[in-house]
Amino acid sequence: MSETALAARGLHKSFGSLVVASDINIELPAGVRYALIGPNGAGKTSLINLVTGMLQPDAGQILLGDNDITALSPELRVQRGLARTFQINSLFPHLTALESVMLAVCERRGVARTWWRRLPAYRHEIDEAYDILGALALASVCHRPTRELAYGQQRLLEIALALAMRPKVLLLDEPAAGVPRDESRELFAAIAGLSRDITVLFIEHDMELVFRFASRVIVLVGGRVMVEGTPQEIAADARVRAVYLGKATGRPERPRDD
Amino acid sequence: MATEAIAGPQDYLRDQIRWRWGEILFWFATLLPFVLAPSYLVLASQIAITALFALSLDLILGFCGIVSLGHAAYFGLGSYTAGLLSKWGWGEPLSGLLIAALAAGLFGYLTSFIVARFRHLALIMITLGLGLLLQEAANSASWLTGGSDGLQGIHTWPLLARFKFDLYGYTAYSYALAVLFVVFLGARRLIHSPFGLALRGIRENGQRMPAIGAPTHSHIRTIYTIAAAVAGLAGALLAQTTETVSLEALGFQRSADVLVMLILGGTGRLYGGLIGAAVYMIARDQFSGLNPQYWYFWIGLLLIAVVTLLPNGILGGLSLLTRRRKAAP
Repeated sequence: MSETALAARGLHKSFGSLVVASDINIELPAGVRYALIGPNGAGKTSLINLVTGMLQPDAGQILLGDNDITALSPELRVQRGLARTFQINSLFPHLTALESVMLAVCERRGVARTWWRRLPAYRHEIDEAYDILGALALASVCHRPTRELAYGQQRLLEIALALAMRPKVLLLDEPAAGVPRDESRELFAAIAGLSRDITVLFIEHDMELVFRFASRVIVLVGGRVMVEGTPQEIAADARVRAVYLGKATGRPERPRDD
Repeated sequence: MATEAIAGPQDYLRDQIRWRWGEILFWFATLLPFVLAPSYLVLASQIAITALFALSLDLILGFCGIVSLGHAAYFGLGSYTAGLLSKWGWGEPLSGLLIAALAAGLFGYLTSFIVARFRHLALIMITLGLGLLLQEAANSASWLTGGSDGLQGIHTWPLLARFKFDLYGYTAYSYALAVLFVVFLGARRLIHSPFGLALRGIRENGQRMPAIGAPTHSHIRTIYTIAAAVAGLAGALLAQTTETVSLEALGFQRSADVLVMLILGGTGRLYGGLIGAAVYMIARDQFSGLNPQYWYFWIGLLLIAVVTLLPNGILGGLSLLTRRRKAAP
């Protein structure tokens, strides 16, 4: 039951005098929905970058399941089942939604080097991509170029690309960033509906969403884990209230809304 | 738009890559010089060879976003390989072609390790440097290449042991066109494959590719090697059909010209290089007839006109026109 999906041990990273991660120890049990919160500049995105290999830690270890993946390149970590999305959309503007997800599926299935067979022959891959899009309510726009999709649909496509990797662990960097509030609830409902085989860690500023969709919360302040616990414990923690919740009621901060 | 809901995704993808009427017409049109302009067959064969070279550049620039100013290095390597083979007593064209493509592909593979690590401006400088290096190496190795005098003593045997290379370019154009068509079929297949999709992904957002588990560098190395081999094919064709090779074959001018042709025609469409090569070389032929000294003036004007009026090249402009016509009732 308490099988660990992802763990970071003694993770440290600094840029000159700026410390973005300092002795971070986290353990995500399999299947749990984690929220990663903290004020701006706390090092939340840096932590995701460290875990996914887009940043190299100065010290520390990252484990996916029982395997040490610290030395692996980002694409190998992804192939092992560690997928992420980006805070700012990072998509393929001229590819259609279906093509984008197919690209990811083909990479995962190891057929992306094949140049002598036409795409329509890949029935499995097409169906899988189409199903992923369907599950996120994107099937009806699957032949539209990504740049023509509505912003909220592009946010969903970010998640679809990550899901195409059949992740064991999914790291979502502010999945609802810039999405209107009512839509962000739908988006989180879609995330909540993901298979329990997938361990999810998401960054989110909206406390209402955090408390509703996370079963555990990690609070990061100044590159350090300040506290980790259930939403109730976090809400009751005096230190958290002081640095984070205390600033305002409900939504302490919500940058880059437009 | 209404059809997309009805057709399944597989049918939709199949429809996307079917042969269009315009494509079929285009390939029939390439046969016209045989009947309409037999006196221009030599020019036509040069165009077909240059089109093949432009096609190889399109594979890396149009589908992968690699800007190269040294692509002639692979063309020239193919030229010299085919030329030297013939000079040393093996003038059989098809095997010469294959060996030249292998040589250029091998050099492409070796250089791809450097190329795959850079983007944008650094890439332009590196490819430019590679081109200059090879040109000077060929220049200084004059015992092998003939230096600035060019490679003499090439004799190409009859094609398939039957068709002699005639003065009118009949065999030369047939040969060049056949090779162009076969390579085009391969390239068309490639861009419609999963690998082609991965290349488009790299062009669209190379930074994102690792996050979907894609080995970007390895993909770039593969396509760069293929493009180098195709450029080598084009170079070998030129050596075999003209029976000379000069340093100009791997010069900067050739690298720059092919880039201009591709941009004129439109990148990332396969046909852009073919159309661009035809327009550029016919224009050069006509302009240099008008005024042999200043024809580059007109080429410059043409380039500026196309790039300002049709940012995606001639083909980009054409497809915009047809889309507008379809949209209008």
